[in-house]
Amino acid sequence: MIQTFLNPEIIRAAWPIILAGLRNTVLLSLLVVPLGLLGGLILALLASARSPLVRWPLMAWVDFFRAFPPLVLLILLFAGLPFAGLELGGFVCVAIAFFLNTGAYYGEILRAGIDSVPAGQLEAARSTGLSRLQAMAYVVLPQAVRNVLPDLLSNTLEVVKLTALGSVVAVPELLYQARQAQSLTYSPTPIVVAAIVYFLLLWPVVRLLSRLENRALAAR
Amino acid sequence: MSRWDRFTDTFFNTKVMARYLPDILSGVVVTIELAVLVVVTGILAGLALALLRSLAIRPLNWLIVGVVDVFRSLPPLVVIVLIYFGLPSIDVSPSGFVSTWLALGLVLMAFSEEIFWAGITSVAKGQWEAARSTGLSFGQTLLHVVLPQALRLTIPPLTNRTIAITKGTALGTVVAVTEILGQASSAMSNSYNPSPLMLGAAAYVVLFFPVVVAGRWVETRFAWKR
Repeated sequence: MIQTFLNPEIIRAAWPIILAGLRNTVLLSLLVVPLGLLGGLILALLASARSPLVRWPLMAWVDFFRAFPPLVLLILLFAGLPFAGLELGGFVCVAIAFFLNTGAYYGEILRAGIDSVPAGQLEAARSTGLSRLQAMAYVVLPQAVRNVLPDLLSNTLEVVKLTALGSVVAVPELLYQARQAQSLTYSPTPIVVAAIVYFLLLWPVVRLLSRLENRALAAR
Repeated sequence: MSRWDRFTDTFFNTKVMARYLPDILSGVVVTIELAVLVVVTGILAGLALALLRSLAIRPLNWLIVGVVDVFRSLPPLVVIVLIYFGLPSIDVSPSGFVSTWLALGLVLMAFSEEIFWAGITSVAKGQWEAARSTGLSFGQTLLHVVLPQALRLTIPPLTNRTIAITKGTALGTVVAVTEILGQASSAMSNSYNPSPLMLGAAAYVVLFFPVVVAGRWVETRFAWKR
């Protein structure tokens, strides 16, 4: 069993490959999380206009990307766009797909956060002479973010897990590297090791989330 | 041919679409089968684990929390790959369909256990005590007093999570499941035209958009009333 799934020799041989994958997964996450947050912030600020003319199309936009599997979006960009003469490469496709997909999720969370701040806060801030943007940035958003912090964290965990999709379009992240090592060694060991690396990387976040959720329930 | 014509001829070629429509439709059937299996087994297993956890048997609870944490931490695609490429080494060779079902079912089980458990613990202790003091057994209290209150609370988060995980059926493509994306991709390489992919994308929207909108309705309908 150990010889098959956690073969020490194969671990030793595959470790540099897997380590490179881990580095790329971390770098990719550091790129796509802020990108998704930016997309979400844009959506949430637009939605805060509270006009149905703006809100309805935005809601449709968000729901569209919530309904659309991210892998399909990625394949569409990666395999579909070249037919229009646009070859973007796996990395750029991942960036665009995440901007659209995770942006929609972050946007929905941030919108709920902004909605949870009483309208009086914005009015009071505006009446002290702050511009709309200043009032948003300094008064509303800090409170909004605090109110939805567990949801933001939970979504960020999902985004980092989602970077494994990069393996499908040959971005050399952790899963991709592990599968390369697997096909070189004819052994499932590299994939098991990659799974353990993912677990060690993300388990602390899962624990933290569980505690935050329990605390939120206790507060009720 | 104008630019627009060339564009529609490439991405919305009706001839190619008509030719591969049956393939895409058979993919839709597979996607629905997979989704239903994942949702039913994942949620039932999650509920079963949450109920087991409420028995408060220490070692069993550690085991449950451990399993749940593992499947909350691992990317679903990693679980699928692990099952599909890993198990054959010990002479168990699940098909791509079974691997995807198992993987997504386990992931949904983990997330729904957390949600059900949060619902059960949110019911005030006094409710338990009051019900038990009227002579109801542990099981009766759980079934008639605690669960009805707990389940109502779990519906909005459970709906969102279920939709997110069910969309993951597209991941089955990686292990050769002939669901929508798989069918669309092979049709695209056979016809050297992206129209089947557009058709597949449309199929996903038709399938999942109503679910997302219904999820939004459920969210407001069962919202926590303060």
